[in-house]
Amino acid sequence: MSHLDWTDLLFGQLRLSDFPPKGNMIATFAAMLVVVAALLTAGLITWYGKWRALWSEWLTSLDHKKIGIMYIVIAFVMLSRAVIEAALIRTQQAFAVNAAGVVGADHFGQLFTTHGSVMIFFMAMPFLSGVINYVLPLQIGARDLVFPFMNAVGLWLTAAGAALLMASLVIGEFSTGGWSGYPPFTELAYSPGEGVDYWIWAVTLSSLGSTLTGINFAVTIYKKRAPGMDLFRMPLFCWTALCTAILMIFAMPPLTVATGLLALDRYAGFHFFTNALGGDMMNYANLFWLFGHPEVYILILPAFGIWSEVISTFSGKRLYGYSSLVFATMAIAVLSFTVWLHHFFTMGQGANVNAAFGIATMTIGIPTGVKVYDWLLTMYRGRIRLAAPMLFAITFLLCFVIGGLTGIILANPSVDFAVHNSLFLVAHFHNMLIPGTLFGMIAAYMFWFPKAFGYRLDERWGVIAWGLWSAGFLLAFMPLYALGLMGAMRRTAQFFEPAYQAWLYAAWAGAGLIFCGLAALFIQLWASIRKRAMLAVPLGDPWDGHSLEWWGPAPPPEWNFPVIPKVKETEAFMRMKREGTAYEEPDSYEDIEMPRNTAIPVVIGAAGFVAAFALTWHIWWAALAGVLAMWGGVIWRSFETAPNEIIPAQEVSERWNAFLAAARKAQGIGRRDETTAANRGLAEHQT
Amino acid sequence: MRRVLAPALAPLLLLPGCRAAPDGVIAPAGPVAAAQFDHLLFILALVLIVVVPVFLFLPWVLWRYRFGRKDAPYRPDWTFSRPLEFLIWGVPVVIVAVLAWQTWHQTHRLDPYRPLDGTAPLRIQAVGLNWKWLFIYPEQDIATVNELVIPQGRDLALQLTADGPMMSFMIPRLGGQIYAMAGMTTQMHLAADREGTFSGLNTQYNGPGFAQQRFRVRSVSEAEFAAWSAQARSRPPLGHAALAQLADPSTVGAPIVFGSVEPGLFQSVVAKYHTGKQAPAMARITEAGQ
Repeated sequence: MSHLDWTDLLFGQLRLSDFPPKGNMIATFAAMLVVVAALLTAGLITWYGKWRALWSEWLTSLDHKKIGIMYIVIAFVMLSRAVIEAALIRTQQAFAVNAAGVVGADHFGQLFTTHGSVMIFFMAMPFLSGVINYVLPLQIGARDLVFPFMNAVGLWLTAAGAALLMASLVIGEFSTGGWSGYPPFTELAYSPGEGVDYWIWAVTLSSLGSTLTGINFAVTIYKKRAPGMDLFRMPLFCWTALCTAILMIFAMPPLTVATGLLALDRYAGFHFFTNALGGDMMNYANLFWLFGHPEVYILILPAFGIWSEVISTFSGKRLYGYSSLVFATMAIAVLSFTVWLHHFFTMGQGANVNAAFGIATMTIGIPTGVKVYDWLLTMYRGRIRLAAPMLFAITFLLCFVIGGLTGIILANPSVDFAVHNSLFLVAHFHNMLIPGTLFGMIAAYMFWFPKAFGYRLDERWGVIAWGLWSAGFLLAFMPLYALGLMGAMRRTAQFFEPAYQAWLYAAWAGAGLIFCGLAALFIQLWASIRKRAMLAVPLGDPWDGHSLEWWGPAPPPEWNFPVIPKVKETEAFMRMKREGTAYEEPDSYEDIEMPRNTAIPVVIGAAGFVAAFALTWHIWWAALAGVLAMWGGVIWRSFETAPNEIIPAQEVSERWNAFLAAARKAQGIGRRDETTAANRGLAEHQT
Repeated sequence: MRRVLAPALAPLLLLPGCRAAPDGVIAPAGPVAAAQFDHLLFILALVLIVVVPVFLFLPWVLWRYRFGRKDAPYRPDWTFSRPLEFLIWGVPVVIVAVLAWQTWHQTHRLDPYRPLDGTAPLRIQAVGLNWKWLFIYPEQDIATVNELVIPQGRDLALQLTADGPMMSFMIPRLGGQIYAMAGMTTQMHLAADREGTFSGLNTQYNGPGFAQQRFRVRSVSEAEFAAWSAQARSRPPLGHAALAQLADPSTVGAPIVFGSVEPGLFQSVVAKYHTGKQAPAMARITEAGQ
C-alpha cells in the first residue's frame, strides 16, 4: 500500500488543511474562541480540583433533576453561540445593501444554517427537555422518570450532537443548506464537502435522543403519577409535557428517516432525493415537514405550560379555564400533524390540496387564541405581581398575538405565494419562537431556579434582561415584517434595494439589544451566585406556589418526596397549605430505592460523537468502532443486576424532619416581601 | 378593499420606506399581486377582531389588578364562566369559518396554474440555472438571460423548470412565486397592469451565487414589445452547446439576448433527468465562486 492509502484509511477525508486557520478572519476567530473556551473550562475545573466531583456527582448521575440542569447548561452554551451568529447575520445584511458586507456568501450560508440548526435542535430542544426533566416528576409526585438510564442516554446523545456542531466550527466547514437541509441542494452534486454530513449526523443524534426522551416523558406521565392524581388533576405544565412527548414520539422518526435516506444518497449512491435516476426531492419536503411542523408545537407547547404556571402563580390565582386549556392543548397536538404542507404551498400542487391545508392551519388559530384569553382571564381579578418571569409573560402575550395574526396571513395559500421565503416569514416564526418558546424557557429558568439551587435569581438583573430582550425582539423583527412585504427575501447575503437600508439598520440594533439581553442573563446568574446567602430560599416555596414541586426543601433531596403525597385536586400544594397539612410530619417513612450512578450513558454519548464525527469524515474504522461501542454500552447495561441503591428510611426521615422543623420555626412572608431578603421560601398562610 | 382597509395598515404606511415601497407585494403592479395584497388586508382586518381586545384588555387588567391595590375585587378561586367560554371559543370559530370560506375561493381564484381571464397569453418558458434565469419565448423564437421583457396588459403563461437545485421564481410586484425543479415543470400566470421596471429573483437558497440570481422585468407597450422581439431575432442563436455553457455555475452581469432557440430546448432540459442515467452537464459546484 502506498503512503496515501494509509492516510485515507486512518483519517478518511480529514486533512491538516481542515484545521484552523480558516479562509477568513471571522471563521478563524470563531474556531479559536471554541478552542480557548474549551481549554479555559477544562483549566478551571482542574484548578479547582473539581473533576472527580463533576464526574461522580453530575456526569454519571441518573437523577432527573441533575439531567435536567445539564440539558439547560447545554441550551445556554448553544444559545450563546447561536445569538452571536444571529448578530453576525444581521450585521452582514445591514451592511450588504449594494455592498459586500462583512462575510462571504458561502460563510453566510453556513451562518444561517448553523443558527437555525443550533437554535432548534441544540437550544430549544435541550432547554425544554431540561425543564420538563426537572419539573415533571416533581409536579406529578414521582421520584424520577420511569426510565432513568434511557433519560441519561438521551442527554448524552444530545450532548454528542451539540459537540459535533462545535467541532464543525473548528474542523472543516458546515452545511449551507439551511436548517431544513433541502435536497437536491444538499446532495453530493451540489454540496460535495463535509458540511451536509456534519448536519445529517448532528441532527440524527439529536433526533434519536429526543425520541427516547419523548417516550420517557409520556410513559412517566402514564405510570408514575402520585395516588389521586388523575390526568385531569395534573398541573397544566404536565399536560403540555404529555402532548409534547407524544409529538416527539411520532414526529422525530420521520426526521430520522429523512436524514437517513439523505445519508444513503450521499454515502451509498442511492437516489431518493436526487434530480436524476428517479429521485424526487418532494418526498424529502413531505418527510421533513411531517417532522418539522409538529416540531414547532414540540417547542411551543411546553412554553404554554410554563406560561400557565407563571401567570397563575404571579396573579395569585388559580388557572382560569383549566379544561379549556387542556382541550386546546390536545387539539393543537392533533392538528399539528395535519398542516405540514403549508411549508410548501408553492411547490405546484393543486388548489384543492393547498386550500385544505390552509384551512387546517387556520384551525390551529382557534385553540391558540382561546389559550391567550384563558391566560388573560387568569389575571383578571387577581393580584398581579410583576416579577421578572411575569414580565416575560406580558411581553409574550402582546407579541404572540401579533405572531398569530401573521401566522393566519401565511396560512392562506394565495397570500403565502407573495411572502413565502421572504423576511415576513422569518419575522413570523421568530415572533412565535422568541416570545413564545425562548421567553417561556427563560421564564421557566427564573421561576424554578430557586427550587433547583436553593436561592433566587437577582431580580434587578432579571428585569434588565427582560427589558433588553423585549425591546431587542421588537426592534429586530418588526422591521423584517415590513421588509418582507417590500420584497426582501431570506438567506440572501446581499440586497440591491436602497429603501431596505433603514429597516436593516433597525433590525441590526435590535440584534445588538438581544445580545446585551443575553449578557444580562449571565450577569444575573453571576450576581445571584455572589449574593446567594441573601437570596437563599431553603424552605422551597418562594413564590407561594400551587403545585407539588414547591413542597419540600430547595434544592429537593435526590428522592424528591419522603413519602409519595396523596393528591386531592389540581393545585395540590395550595390545598395542603390551606388545610395546614403541608408541613406536618408523615406517619411513617420507608426505605427508598433510587437508581445508582453509571458511566455507561456518557460512554454511549462519547461513542455516538466518535461515530458521527468519523462518518462525517469517512473514517470508516472509527465509525464502526463508535457504533459498536454505543451498542456495547446498551448490552453492557443489560447485564447490570443491581442498578439501584437503597436509601434507608432513617436518612430520609432525618432530612425531612430537619426541613419540617425549620419550616415550622420560620416566619412565613407575604407576597409584598417576595423579592426581599426576608423571603426564605416559606409563604404566609393565606385565608 | 385596499382603500377601505388602508387605516388598518396606516401605522405601517406612515413609516419611511413603506410609503414609497419600491418593491414587494405592498406595491402591486399587476392584478395577481393586487388581489393577493387585498386578501392580506382582508385577513388582517378580520383577525384584528381577536387581536385588538388583547391589546386593550391586558394593560387594563395589569393596571386594575396590580398587586397592592385594595379596592379591586380579588377572586383567587374563580376558574370558569360559561358565557365567557362561549365567547372565547365562539368568536375565533366564527372568524376562522369566514376565513376558511374566503381561503377556499381565493386559493382557487389565485391558483398560479389557473390562466388569467384576459387576453390570449404570452407563453414564456423559464429555466432556473445556477445562478441565473433563462427565459425562452417559444412564439417569438427568442430567449433572454436575466431580463424578462413583457407587454403591459397582456397575460403571461409561464412554464418553469430548473437545471440545478430547486429554485423559486418570483416577481414580487406582479405576484407570487412557484418552485422550479429539475425534471419537472410547474406553471404560473401573471400580468402587469402598468409599464415599468420591476425586479425578479430566485427566493430559494441554492449556493453562493444565490443573492445575484436576479433579473429585471421590463413591462412595455405591445408596440415596444413587438419592436424589441423583432430586434432580438438578430442576436446569436441558443442551442444545446450554448445552454450547456450557461448551465455552468456562474453569475451573469448584463442580460443576454438570443436570436433563435433550438426547437424543444425547454423539453430537453426536463427530459435529461428522465434518461435513467446520471444527468450530464451539471458540474459539481466545488470551487465555484460568487
